[in-house]
Parts: sequence; structure tokens; C-alpha cells
Amino acid sequence: MTLTEKILAKKAGVKSLTPQEFIEIEPDLALSNDITAPITIDEFEKAGGKNVRCPERVFMIPDHFTPNKDILSAEHYRKLKDFAAKHAGVRFFEQGEVGVEHALLPEMGAIRPGMVVIGADSHTCTYGALGAFSTGVGSTDVAGFLLTGKAWLKVPPTVKAVFTGVMGEWMSGKDLILLLIGKIGVSGAQYRAIEFSGPVIDALSVEGRMTMANMAIEAGGKNGVFVPDTKVAEYLKGRTKEKGDYLAPDADAVYERTVTIDVTGLTPVVACPHLPENVKPARDIMNVRIDQVVIGSCTNGRIEDMRVAAKILKGRKVDPNLRCLVLPATPKIYRQALDEGLFQVFLDAHAVISPPTCGPCLGGHMGILAHGERCVSTTNRNFVGRMGHRESEIYLASPAVAAASAVAGRITDPSELMK
Amino acid sequence: MKYTGTVYTFGDNVNTDEIIPARYLNTTDPTVLGRYCMEDIRPGFGTRAEKGSIIVAGDNFGCGSSREHAPLSLKYAGIACVVAVSFARIFFRNAINIGLPIIESRDISSKAKEGDTLTVDLDTGRAVVGGEEIAIAPFPPFMQKIVEEGGWLPYLLKTTAH
Ligand code: SF4
Repeated sequence: MTLTEKILAKKAGVKSLTPQEFIEIEPDLALSNDITAPITIDEFEKAGGKNVRCPERVFMIPDHFTPNKDILSAEHYRKLKDFAAKHAGVRFFEQGEVGVEHALLPEMGAIRPGMVVIGADSHTCTYGALGAFSTGVGSTDVAGFLLTGKAWLKVPPTVKAVFTGVMGEWMSGKDLILLLIGKIGVSGAQYRAIEFSGPVIDALSVEGRMTMANMAIEAGGKNGVFVPDTKVAEYLKGRTKEKGDYLAPDADAVYERTVTIDVTGLTPVVACPHLPENVKPARDIMNVRIDQVVIGSCTNGRIEDMRVAAKILKGRKVDPNLRCLVLPATPKIYRQALDEGLFQVFLDAHAVISPPTCGPCLGGHMGILAHGERCVSTTNRNFVGRMGHRESEIYLASPAVAAASAVAGRITDPSELMK
Repeated sequence: MKYTGTVYTFGDNVNTDEIIPARYLNTTDPTVLGRYCMEDIRPGFGTRAEKGSIIVAGDNFGCGSSREHAPLSLKYAGIACVVAVSFARIFFRNAINIGLPIIESRDISSKAKEGDTLTVDLDTGRAVVGGEEIAIAPFPPFMQKIVEEGGWLPYLLKTTAH
């Protein structure tokens, strides 16, 4: 069995599973946010729900439109808060504690290898970086979990993505996942699991792996998963006392397809409007002028990302015709960036530092694009209208490319700026 | 379950930000969500499509976010069902869970044109468009059971009541 099949079989209490089988399982954790939880709560109550089945496994994380951007968002926030107050055990996070959900849960040690996690948010797939099976579902699925502790899943076939060769200096996990999506397309792994492996992956940090698992959905994937190793054990040290289940795929596992990418000699890439599969080397499109840069989100808002951005911005200024927004994904990352002196660098470079929030990533607030504006963003989607006006454009890139582009005022390969 | 309606065609990779832009996600009121359906790629669609209309699209319909607001928005814009070559998986389960009928069919997608009248009959597994009859694949049994019970929650309540 592949890693995904193994995790699911263990959870379902069966010896083996094959792709396309339907299973009803009891997930270890379910999350929702200020956009999806209101529907979950309505559905739960409409179905006559009185008590939450396993409240300690339920996380409601208000991160999208927070700090509340308008009255309607404030009402949603209130709804989550009231629900958590009524159902003891359900976790809700007040401002000052809340961060972008997919950065927050791993950081607090809530995710461990072998877990099965569902979330009413498509980027729930991020946790595959820790060797968990995690997948995005809908609000009603989470309502079903609140009522009964159960969820339904179809066992996905697995695509194996192998990365070999030697990584260039400014290459990152973001470039690897964009290269894969560029190669297989936005429906290349539709309904499928992606199992990442190879020497480049072994050498990659857990944070870099989270960036990759995060965007499995952008290839249509159900989940993205990495075999949990000593790096994961190291990451979890001090975050949780509970031991995870460190599973690995069988030697005779059946993969639907194997895609191999040799990264030797490759340079940082950018996904051009309006699909994440429109991937080009940054150095090939250096004449594209931009109006905004966003560094943050569940894809690239972790401390490693802040450090890379600061390394490039140090002693430089962002182009005076452009706004550069930095959004540390959680309060902990925010404080760490502050303590390490990164805020000094960002402020000296004339970047704007936002509180932890999804904000501009989904065109919510804190950096909306006007008609005709272009943005280089470390987020994960560049769909029409995603960050603002339907005639604005988003170019997805790594923090290194984003920071270099902020300085140059146009899309830039960091090695050009730093030479 | 049988639906007859006017066809509206869309291409490949219609994503959830296009179906209902995030700026309207500060409400869960389905009539408001319906009004702004497809606003960024076809302004006015949400108020123009007559009740019972059918969307026919290409590959990977509904890709992107997990927002259940997307199938709700379609339903309240008056869309009776969506036919596509394939659906993104979270959209697929959300549509089943909220009771918006969806059909995967390459044949219908390649034959139906904007403004055609399309009939799909899920019970007999047949569709008719432009006088031509097309066979459609039935749902897997597990899905059928969920749909028969009226969605995931009714199914769940019935099967785990004891
Ligand atoms: S940062 Fe963006 S992609 Fe991530 S959860 Fe928030 S809105 Fe979704």
C-alpha cells in the first residue's frame, strides 16, 4: 500500500484498502474557519444537533476576514465564538492567539504523523508534510463530524512525485511544487494523493514540505503526503508529548503514475495569471512591472519565509511605486520575526507589516488590487479576481522571488538582484 | 430525477473564486450568494439565468476552495444541475452534500451549445440535447444512497441513529 492507503487503512481498522473504495471513518481532527464554520453551525443546528460528539477534536479558527473587516464578518466571528462557548472543548482562538489555520495547527503540535484530518478549507492538505492524511472537505462534512464523529472518503489512487538532482541557491519548496503543477497541470492529480519523495525532498525542511503539501490541491489533489522522518520528529519536539504513527509506504506499493523532476540547473519560477499551472522561469519574464508584493499566507508565511525575504530586503528599499505587504502567519512567527530583527529590515525597506490574517490572499482585505494592477504573491492561487478587481493579475512565487521583485519593481530572479 | 432547462456553457477549470468571489463570503444568505454567481467571468449571470437552467462545462469544474457557498450560489442562481467533463473533488462532495445534482459527461459537454434545451434523466441514465440521445453513467451506489436520503446529514443521522 502507498502511504495514503496505509494511513487510511489503519484508521478504518482494515488490513488493506484499494483506490476508489468508499470508507466511513472517524477523523482525529476537524477544522473550519470564519467563512466555512457559519454554514457548519447552521447545518449542525438544522439537523437537530445538541451536543458536539468529540468537541476536543474540533477547531474553529477565525483567520480569513480577521481582525473583522466589516459588520457581516464580525457577526460570523461572533457566531463561532458563541458556538465554542456553548460547546465546551471546541477550540476557538481570540485575536492575539489566532493565526492562519494551516500554519497555526502544526505550530501548536496539534498535527502528528498518521493522523486523519478533515477541514472545511481546501488547504487542509498542508498537514501531509508531517505524514498525516489531511484533506479539504465542505462545511456540511464538518457538521456531520460534529454530529457523529464520522466522515466519508473515497480512497484516492496515488501519484508519486520524485525530485532528484541538486537545488540551485534561491530554489525553494515553492519552486518545486510550482514546477510539478506546471508539469502535470491543475487537474493533473485530480481526486488523487500525491506522495512526495526523492533526495531533494529528504533534504528539504519541514516548512518547505508544508509549502509543497499546501499546494497539492492546486494540482487537483485530494492530499499531499511526505513520509515522516527524523526531521518531522525534530519539528514536533517541544510542541507535543504525544507520539505520532510514523508509517511508510510498502516496497510493493502500487502507484498510478510516477512523475520525476530533476531540479539540477533549474532557476526560481513564477506562476503567471490566471492558473497555477502557467509556470515560467522568473528570469524569462523580468520585464513585467508590478504594483504590489504580498509575502505571507498558509503557503509561505512561516519564519523560514520571513527570513528569506529579510535576507533579500536587508539594506535595500522596495521600489517607491509599489507596496510590499508582509504577513507573518501566526502570532508566534510575528514575535519571532520581531525578536530576530526582521521587522527592522522590513520597516527600513518600507514594507508594511500586517497582523496574522489571510487578508489579501483571498481578496478579503489588507491589500486589494485595483483594475489593471499586478501583484507578485507568495500565496497559492492566481485565479481571476482572487485578490481584487477582475482585471487585476497575480503572479505566484517564492518569498525570495517576491522580495527581489519588490526591490526591482518588476518580476525578478533573486540571483540577478543579489549578484 | 429529471431536469429540462436552457444550457449555459463554460470552459475548463471554472474555479470557486469565479463561481462566487470571496468578497461575498461575509454572508451565508443563499439568495445573496445566488445574485453574485459567476460575477467576475459573466457579470449579471446570477440574476439573468432563468430557474431550471443547466450549466454545461469542461474539465475540473469547481476547482479551488472548499467553500460550500459555491454550489449554494449556483443553486440559488436557479441552476437545476451542472454537467461537466469532470469536477474538482471538494466541489463534487459539496454538491452531493447540499443536494445540487451534478453529472460527469464528456459527450454532453462536447455536444450541448449555449442556448440549447437539455434534458437529463438520472433515473433512466439518459440525456437528450438537439434531438440526440446520450447515455450518462450512474452514480456509484454509495453516492446514490446519500442522494436518496437527501444529502449527507440525513444519511448519517439515519445510519448512525442507534
Ligand atoms: S492564507 Fe489563503 S489559502 Fe491559506 S487558508 Fe488563508 S485564504 Fe486560504
